[in-house]
This record gives sequence, C-alpha cells and structure tokens, in this order.
Amino acid sequence: MERIVKDKEADELLNDLLEIYGYDFTEYSRASIKRRINRLLVLDKFPGFAAFRYKVRSDETYLKRVVEELTVNVTEMFRDPSFYRLLREEILPVLATHPFIRIWHAGVSTGEEVYSMAILLHEANLLHKSLLYGTDINPAVLEKAQKGFFPLAQMKLYSENYILSGGACDFSSYYTARYGQAKINEFLKEKMIFSTHNLVSDRSFNEFQMILCRNVLIYFDKELQDKVFKLFDNSLELFGFLALGLKETMKFSPIAKKFKLLKANDKIWRKIA
Amino acid sequence: MDIKRKLVVIGGSAGSLEVIMHILPSLDAKLNIPVIIVIHRKNAYESLLARLLSSKTSLIVKEAEEKENILPGHIYLAPADYHLLIEKNFTFSLDYSEKINFSRPSIDVTFECAAEAYESNLVCILLSGANADGVEGLKTVKKYNGIAAIQDPTSAEVSFMPQQALQQVPIDHIFKEAEIADFINNL
Ligand SMILES: C[S@@+](CC[C@H](N)C(=O)[O-])C[C@H]1O[C@@H](n2cnc3c(N)ncnc32)[C@H](O)[C@@H]1O
Repeated sequence: MERIVKDKEADELLNDLLEIYGYDFTEYSRASIKRRINRLLVLDKFPGFAAFRYKVRSDETYLKRVVEELTVNVTEMFRDPSFYRLLREEILPVLATHPFIRIWHAGVSTGEEVYSMAILLHEANLLHKSLLYGTDINPAVLEKAQKGFFPLAQMKLYSENYILSGGACDFSSYYTARYGQAKINEFLKEKMIFSTHNLVSDRSFNEFQMILCRNVLIYFDKELQDKVFKLFDNSLELFGFLALGLKETMKFSPIAKKFKLLKANDKIWRKIA
Repeated sequence: MDIKRKLVVIGGSAGSLEVIMHILPSLDAKLNIPVIIVIHRKNAYESLLARLLSSKTSLIVKEAEEKENILPGHIYLAPADYHLLIEKNFTFSLDYSEKINFSRPSIDVTFECAAEAYESNLVCILLSGANADGVEGLKTVKKYNGIAAIQDPTSAEVSFMPQQALQQVPIDHIFKEAEIADFINNL
C-alpha cells in the first residue's frame, strides 16, 4: 500500500467520527486502525488525506462504508475446530442442564460463528430451548448474517472444519446450493436475533449463560479491553462461560480473579465469583 | 531515552526456514536487540515452529502475543494466520484482516509498522521466497531511513523474493547466509 496516513491525520479522522457521528474508534489499536484508514483511502482512490476527510465529514452516506471498512469482518464457520470440539464435548453438556439457554455472540460479523453454534446446539438437541443473540457495530454485516447466505466456494473448508470439530453428520445437509451461494437451512435461524450493539458505548442488555467475543478484542487497546471485560462480567450469570479468540486473553484484566480458564489453548473462561 | 531502541525483522517464505535455522545458533547469547521473524507457513506448523526454533538458541524464542512489550534479547515469531503489527509504544498488535500478497502473516505489514515505530533504528532482512511479499515493506523501511537487507538471490533457495527487492528497492546489504548472524551481533 502506497500512501501512509500520518498519526496526526488518523487522530483528526477519529475525532471527526466521534464528534460528528458518535462512533468512537479512539481506543482501537492504533497500528491496526491506521492501516485500515490508509487502506480505505487507497481503495477509494482519494488524491490525499484532506479530500478523504472532507468526504467523511460532509457525506453522511459515506459513513456506512467507513464503518464497514475500518472494522475487520473476516470470519469462518467452525474457525479453530478444536475450540468447537471443546464446546461440543465440555460446554454444551453443562449448558444442557439449564431450562433455557441464552448465548451472546458479540462482534458476530457476517454470522458464520452463530450458525456454527446453532449446528452444535441442534446436534446436541438443545436448539429448541436456546436463544442466540448476534450483535455487531456494523449493520451491513448483520444484514448478511440475517440472510444466511455464504459463498459456496467456502463450504469445502467449512465442511473440513466441521469434521475436525467432531461433527458426525453430513455437513451439506445444513444448506442448499443455489447460484454459487450456500443458503443455510431456515430451521437453524429460528432461534437467532441480530441487532447492532457497540461494545464501546452500549450497555449490557441481558444476562447470558455464555458470551462469545472472538477476534474482536485484538483490535482494542488495553483500556478498552478492560471496559469490555467489565461489560461481559455484568452480562454473564455466575458459572457462565466467556469465550475469546485463540490469541486473546483476559489474564491481565481487573476481573480476571473472578474467572477460571478451562483449558490453556482454547480460551474459554468460567465465571466463578 | 538515552539509547535508541533497535529492532531486527527477518521475513521469508519458501526456502527461508533453513536459513533461519542457521542464523539462530550463531546469534550472540547476550544479544541486546529484539528480533522478529515473519515467515509464511501452513497453519499446521503453529506451535511446533516456536519449539523447533528455540532448540537452536539460548535466547528466548516465543510467539508474539497481542499487547506484549517488545524486549531486547527476545526472538519473536509472528503467529500463523494473523498479521503481526507493531505499535509506536513498542508493543505488538495482532490483526486478522484480509491476506496481503496471499499471505497472513504478511511480511509487508510487519516491515511497514516496524518502520513507522523504529524509523532509522530498524534493520529488515528479506530472505528466500517465491512471492514478492516484503518488497513494499522494504520501500517503507528506506523511507524512514532504516536499513534494508536481503539474502543474496544467487544463493537463496528460491531467488524471486530477494531478487524483486533488489530490483525495486535501494538495498543496503546483500548477505550470504553465513554473514547474517554476524551482522546482527554487531549492531
Ligand atoms: C474479525 S470479526 C470476528 C468475527 C467472529 N467473531 C470470528 O471470530 O470469526 C470482528 C468483528 O467485530 C466487530 N466490531 C468491531 N468493533 C466493534 C464494536 N465496538 N462493537 C461491536 N462489534 C465490533 C466488527 O464489525 C467485526 O464484524
């Protein structure tokens, strides 16, 4: 990527987004958000930073694209199969003892993660008594998640992931192929609710037995991470589970004492106090 | 700050692992600079690679973790399937964004962030490889007056990557495999 956005310019843009639109990216990891800004500037062929800033400030419809492109939305079904195996073998049996299961996927992106969960719950015969909340800052990804169409070309990888996660059914029975897309079966969607929710500024909205927030916190600085951990603590019942991405940890957060890591490599904590 | 912080970043693809395995045993046990290694590989290697590399040196070899401080005398490995970014406060960030040059981790990403954080106190070395990841990064290194170095394409197992760098970037040093460790020890 050619042009390099300067620190001062990144600050100006982040301030604009906060002051004009109320989107607060100021506590995101700086190196990463700067790369995203730079990438957008190059992608949309702005002659310079000033023109880009002017567009952001003056064109509210462009904001949608800015939010979409500053955040990273890459995701997969059954990403990190060993994680899903642990869910299957050790977490779901515990959740099964509840009369009703509420799970929150924070930063769910286009939904691959919540559909994977629905498949696990279905196979454990728990889906009928579950409710899955998928939230994200970005309305565009939630629209996609709601539709439940995924690129057909990805299904080979997802099917491999599914098998590695301990899946024993025919993965292709969960979707129908049409026009290069895989349409996930409707019954998996029935227990899902999608809504925008900004982890930076929105509050707790329910109490859950499990929260998944995977590969979102890597984009936040330490202070923001700690705030979000507090939000999760407030949104989780006692003995509930919190799952993070494989490279994320709550070890250094102020609420760490209240949680117990279940297995070193799979990043699932249980709230014990 | 009295002494300027220095940093070495080594990037490589096909044919570079062997080179790194040769560099590590020759690094000074009292090396006072951090070294970051970004190599392309299959995800399956993951944890094996850090262990394999640490068997070659008494220096601490570990996978870079997000928000971790970058410390002298440590050798950090970019984790498989994440881009490794460097913050201006000399800590790591990880990023799972789009692949760049079909690669994640991308060498360009780490070289570019390193250049912005360490400016002229940076040495980036590009080794053997079959694609051009790292070449753009070396351009940024030069823009910030850092040192850009490559493995001699004529002795690299796969010459394309260092060859591209040589054609597009004003390279400061062209090393034979055996010269790299010495150069780092004397920084
Ligand atoms: C890399 S995706 C992770 C998707 C999925 N959880 C996974 O692990 O595959 C990160 C998601 O976090 C969302 N995100 C970023 N900042 C957020 C915020 N402040 N509040 C809620 N979601 C946010 C992004 O829009 C993006 O969809």
